[in-house]
Amino acid sequence: MAGGNMIARHEGSDRLIKISLLVVAFSAVSVLVIITIFIFEQGLPIMMKYGLKNFLLGQNWFPSEKSFGLLPMIVGSLLVTLGALVIGVPLGLASAIFLTEFSNRRVSRFLKPVIELLAGIPSVVYGFLGLMFLVPFIREKFGGSGLSVLAASIILGIMILPTIISISIDSIRAVPDSYREGSIALGATRWQTVRMVVLPAARSGLVAGIILGMGRAIGETMAVIMVAGNAADIPGSLLAPVRTLTSNIALEMAYASGEHREALFATGVVLFVIIMILNFLANLAARKQYRKK
Amino acid sequence: MKDTAIQVINFSHFYGQQQSLKNLNLQVYRNEILGIIGPARSGKSTFLTCLNRLGDLVPGSRVTGKILIDGQNIYCPGIEVAALRRQLGMVFATPVPLPMSIYDNLVFGPKLQGKKYRLDLDGLVEDCLEKAGLWIEVKDRLKTSALKLSGGQQQRLCLARVLALKPEYILLDEPTSGLDPISTMKIEDTLRLLKKDYTIILVTNNTKQAARVADRTAFFLMGELVEVNETGIIFTRPADKRTENYIEGKFG
Amino acid sequence: MKKRFRLKPKVEQKAVQFLLCLMTSIAVLILIFILAVILKNGLPEISLEFLTKNPAHMGREGGIFSTIVATLYLTVIALLVATPLGVGTAIYLTEYTFEGIVTRIIRFGAECLAGIPSIIFGLFGFILFVNKLKFGWSILSGGLTLAFMVLPTIIRTSEEAIKSVPAAYRLVSYSLGSTRWQTVTRVVLPSASPGIITGVILSLGRSIGETAAVIFTAGSALHLPSSLFSSARTMSVHFYILAREGISMPKAYGTAAVLVIAILLVNIVTYYLMGKYITRSSRE
Repeated sequence: MAGGNMIARHEGSDRLIKISLLVVAFSAVSVLVIITIFIFEQGLPIMMKYGLKNFLLGQNWFPSEKSFGLLPMIVGSLLVTLGALVIGVPLGLASAIFLTEFSNRRVSRFLKPVIELLAGIPSVVYGFLGLMFLVPFIREKFGGSGLSVLAASIILGIMILPTIISISIDSIRAVPDSYREGSIALGATRWQTVRMVVLPAARSGLVAGIILGMGRAIGETMAVIMVAGNAADIPGSLLAPVRTLTSNIALEMAYASGEHREALFATGVVLFVIIMILNFLANLAARKQYRKK
Repeated sequence: MKDTAIQVINFSHFYGQQQSLKNLNLQVYRNEILGIIGPARSGKSTFLTCLNRLGDLVPGSRVTGKILIDGQNIYCPGIEVAALRRQLGMVFATPVPLPMSIYDNLVFGPKLQGKKYRLDLDGLVEDCLEKAGLWIEVKDRLKTSALKLSGGQQQRLCLARVLALKPEYILLDEPTSGLDPISTMKIEDTLRLLKKDYTIILVTNNTKQAARVADRTAFFLMGELVEVNETGIIFTRPADKRTENYIEGKFG
Repeated sequence: MKKRFRLKPKVEQKAVQFLLCLMTSIAVLILIFILAVILKNGLPEISLEFLTKNPAHMGREGGIFSTIVATLYLTVIALLVATPLGVGTAIYLTEYTFEGIVTRIIRFGAECLAGIPSIIFGLFGFILFVNKLKFGWSILSGGLTLAFMVLPTIIRTSEEAIKSVPAAYRLVSYSLGSTRWQTVTRVVLPSASPGIITGVILSLGRSIGETAAVIFTAGSALHLPSSLFSSARTMSVHFYILAREGISMPKAYGTAAVLVIAILLVNIVTYYLMGKYITRSSRE
């Protein structure tokens, strides 16, 4: 009879596997939590000691004199990120639109992988080339040392190009062809179709790509250090040197100790919070696109 | 008196709030082919997946009542589902060869149970392919990908793969729905031969196929078992008006 | 209402097309220029000697052998740690549970982790591995930090790959009497492996090029690393120091070229695998 051997030995091993996998699956969450705890544990006490306001709005960064104003770095980070977007977004979106809607298929099929390959080039390489070519160029044409907001913005703008182009291409391609056909059948030109039908339909994907690029720009460290000049003052012009939150950490970490080191972790806390807000926004934008589908 | 192999008692099945099988009572006799006919979404396939508990994998799936197989309630806790599924081999509507060689497809089931001896497996492979009527066509290319076979060959491969489990029951879910008439005929011939060793339940949306192959036929409608009887009786003088309408092609 | 100057749609179309083409060319040319400069200045520096000799005089002389070795060690450790964790997470998310609050928490965690800048990973690795666990500046600290950094990438790509395995395969596997784990190991993972490998290779590329997270955890000692606990300088850190401190521009270009070629190779392999993967899954 078959009935006998159907009675189970318990499927205990399967349960064991499930529990182990659950533990593994929480690794990413745990890492996130541990990172958050460590950074805040190291950075928050000193922020509380000297006052949140002094940290966020103080204009003087003189660690040796216990003056830890982060405002120049916060402004610096936001400024170069904005600059990167001003340069990267138009170029990136234009390229994505051209490659998906106006170029012939062979060109885009060749160029998209090439652009994505370039996304893999390490950021230090971008910084190095900025130092070798862009900084001297700015020095000669516009004066100053060349190490400037402008240089950092351009380098970051170029660096985020591949990210923006490739995500934008994906979200433009995700717009169903029937939309385009419908619009063209109504007598619209290709460009009118793109402007009035395709781009609105792909909008949230494009926004998500831009926010991702923004995250990359604000989080970048080494490339910025090489071209930004790194003076801890609020820059007075595009040609003035600038220091970002990330560079502030990287530049001084090697020799900092005591409260100075804690202040660098506090810098990390500020950066962390800014990034989390960006992540949240990116998530929101991406989810909207998903729901629409 | 016929030997009852499967007994379904007051059995119902739900997807979430929706009831897909309504209070079924049904016997399946040993070494018969039971045909199940009915329009789409009448619960035929759901019934099959309840028999080997594949339905458990669908979220929100829930049952009440009993199904006794060889006297054992398969929904009582402690049943080893994997062993149950080996007892009731299943062939699906679309042929799904796993992305591996013909040979590996066939030994997939036996290897799960730890059978490793090359010679035993070789014999088993030949035997099962022979029974499924596929041996002559593929014996020289057992190591090539099963994805390269034609649709009809793939379905017979799936049948052979089930036979390799050495099951007692074979569940077929519209096995010829995607096949040409000649492949269909080959499968039907195979089923008639297999009957002497196996108990077969054949779900089909093709009433003529049930008439050709099944010993008894059950008619399902909207999750209910309308009637079940000798195939000859169902097709000539059904007890229920709805059965008659369906067989005559008035709906479905 | 003011009369507004408007172009005819046809003319506008042409103008826009020209403009877009121009901007695309600028973008693509900049990117190609970067590649060209690195290769043009770097390739002449690369020789067998450059690849097989250790740096001397802070990198002014000699080659980059020890940095290549350090890079390999670090990335291998990173991938050895991150791959099982990432693939395991993906298996749990796709095969062992239904969508719900738990999967949402896990996905959210992975997404947030993906957005954290590498310098924060550097800080974290420095506190946890270098200081608290007393691994010091070492290959181990650097490798573990990198592992955490690439974990989200591996989770995401593995999950995509596993999701693209046809549901029918699982059904067949279960119907043939396999347990969940057998289905995962014998059917799902083999089918998903090209996609999973793609993710691992992408992470490899990212680890090779990373600087900020490594410099505070693995340190920058130039000698050939002798154990898991010795401090080491990876290629990208070496390149950063050569360039930033102006030690030797030719050597910097050479290192950059090796770095870029390595990463391009890695990415090209990824593309090849992805291409295979896509053609295969579309055929089925």
